[in-house]
Amino acid sequence: MVALYLGLVLLLPVSAIVAQAFRAGLGPLLQAFDDPAANHGLQLSFVLAAIAMTANGLLGIAGALVLTRHRFLGRRVLDALVDLPLAVSPVMTGLAFLLLFGRSGWLEPALDATGWKVAFAFPGLVVATLFVTFPFTLREVAYVLEELGTDEEEAAATLGASPWQTFLRVTLPNVRYGLGYGVILTTARSLGEFGAVLVLGGAISGHTQTATTFIYNALEERQEASAYSIALVLALASVVVLAALEWLKRRRRKEL
Amino acid sequence: MSNTRPAVAPGFGGLLVRAGVCAYVGALVALPLAALLAEGLGQGVRALWDAVSAPVAAEALRLTLTTAAIMALVNAVMGTATAWVLARYDFPGRGLLSALVDLPFAIPTLVTGVMLVLLFGPQSSLGGWFAAHGFPIAFAAPSIVLALLFITVPFVVRAVEPVLMEQDPAEEEAARTLGASTFTVFWRVLLPPLWPSLLSGTIRSYARALGEFGSIVVVSGNIPHRTLTAPIYVFGEIESGRSEVAAAISVVLLAVALGLTFGARAIERLTGTARA
Repeated sequence: MVALYLGLVLLLPVSAIVAQAFRAGLGPLLQAFDDPAANHGLQLSFVLAAIAMTANGLLGIAGALVLTRHRFLGRRVLDALVDLPLAVSPVMTGLAFLLLFGRSGWLEPALDATGWKVAFAFPGLVVATLFVTFPFTLREVAYVLEELGTDEEEAAATLGASPWQTFLRVTLPNVRYGLGYGVILTTARSLGEFGAVLVLGGAISGHTQTATTFIYNALEERQEASAYSIALVLALASVVVLAALEWLKRRRRKEL
Repeated sequence: MSNTRPAVAPGFGGLLVRAGVCAYVGALVALPLAALLAEGLGQGVRALWDAVSAPVAAEALRLTLTTAAIMALVNAVMGTATAWVLARYDFPGRGLLSALVDLPFAIPTLVTGVMLVLLFGPQSSLGGWFAAHGFPIAFAAPSIVLALLFITVPFVVRAVEPVLMEQDPAEEEAARTLGASTFTVFWRVLLPPLWPSLLSGTIRSYARALGEFGSIVVVSGNIPHRTLTAPIYVFGEIESGRSEVAAAISVVLLAVALGLTFGARAIERLTGTARA
C-alpha cells in the first residue's frame, strides 16, 4: 500500500516527464540546447548554485559553531532567524527584497549614490538564492556538532592546539558528512529556486533568466518542447543530487 | 539544543566570527523581512483587513488553507505508514524506497508542476480520461492537492521514522501474542509514543504548503475564485505594482506559517525530538 501510494504520488509524475522525453526523442532536447536563452539560463543557475554553495557553506560552518559553541545574549533570536527562510514563501522573499532594493525601496538612496543595481540584475539573483538556501548547511553542521559534543575539542585544546588548529584538525573532519549533505541540499535548492528569482530578477531573457524561469516563460509562450527539455535536465540533475545524498547518508551511518 | 557548554570562552577570533555571523543573518534575513512587515503593517490594521477581506484575496487564502489541510491529513496517515514500513521491514528495494522519500527535496518545485501538467494535462491520456469522467485534475483544485502531496512527502516520514526505529518491535509482538487486534496494536502500542513527532511533522508540512508557488502556478490554472492560491495571488499583486496589498497578504500568511513552525519547534523541544 505504501509502495502504491509513493508510486502514485512520486513516481507517476516522474515517469510522465521521462515518457515525454522518449516520445519526443533527442531532437528537441538538442534543439533546446541550441537556444542561447536556454543555455544562458542553465549556466546562470549553475553559477548561482556555486555562489550559494560557497558563501552559505562558509557562513553555515561559522554560524553552526556560533550557535552550538557560544552562549550569548540574543543566541535564541539568532537561532530563530536562521530557520525563517524555510517558513517564507519564495514569492514573499522576492517581494521583501524588492521592498529593499526596488523603486522607492529602503536602500534605493544608497544604491543610487553608488550606481549599483540589485533588483532585476545579477546581484538580486544572488541575494535571493543566498536567502532561500541559508539554513541548509548551518542546520546540518549544527546537528552534527550537537551530537559530537565538545570532548574532542577540549582534548585538543588541553594538548596545546590553537583554536584554529583545533578547528582544522578536529572539528572540520568530524562534520564533513554533515557539511557535504548541507552543501548538496543548498545546490539542489538553488538550482530549483523559482519564485524568488522570478520576482526579484524579472526573468529577463539572456540576462536574469535562470533555468527555472526559462521553463516558466517558455510554458507561457507555448514553447512546450523547450520547456520540457530544460525541465528534464533539471530532473536529471536532481537524480544526481539524490544519489549523492543517499551515498553520504550511508557513509555517515557506517561511521557512527 | 542541548546544554553543551563551550569548550573555552571564545577568544578574539571567536567573537569576530560571532559578529560576522550576526551581521550576515541580520542583513540577509532580518532586514528584508523587516521591510516586508513594515510595508504590510504600515498602512494600519484597517488596510490590512481590507486587503485580506477583498473577495479574490479571501477566496485565495481559503483555498490555500483548505488544500493544505487535505494534504496534511493524507500526509499524516500515509507518512506514518511509510515510516513504519521503512523502520520495520527489510526487503529488496527498501534503500530505493527510502531514497525516493527524499526526492521532493532534490527536484525543483517548478519541475514538479511541469510533470503534473504532463501527466494530467488535457492533452495527456490520463488527464483526458479524468476530465471526460467529470473530474478534471489539471487546472482544477485536485492538482493543487496533488502538487502539495508531492512536495511534502518527506516531512512526516522523516519526523516519525527515528522514533519508530527506537521503539522495540518486541512491544508490538507482545501485544499481538496477548491477543490484541492489529488496530489495537496500532492504537495502543504504536501510536502513543509517535504523537509528538507525528504532530510536529504534520504541522511543518502544513506550514510548508502555505507558501508553495512553483508547482502550483503551472498546474492549477490560477483561476480567481476557483484555483488561485494565496501565494499566486501575491505574485499577481506584485506584478500589478500593488506591493502594499501583496505585503499585507504576505504578512498574514507568514504569521500563520511562523506560528505553526514555532508550535512544531515547541513540541520537538518539549519531547526531546528536536531535528526535522
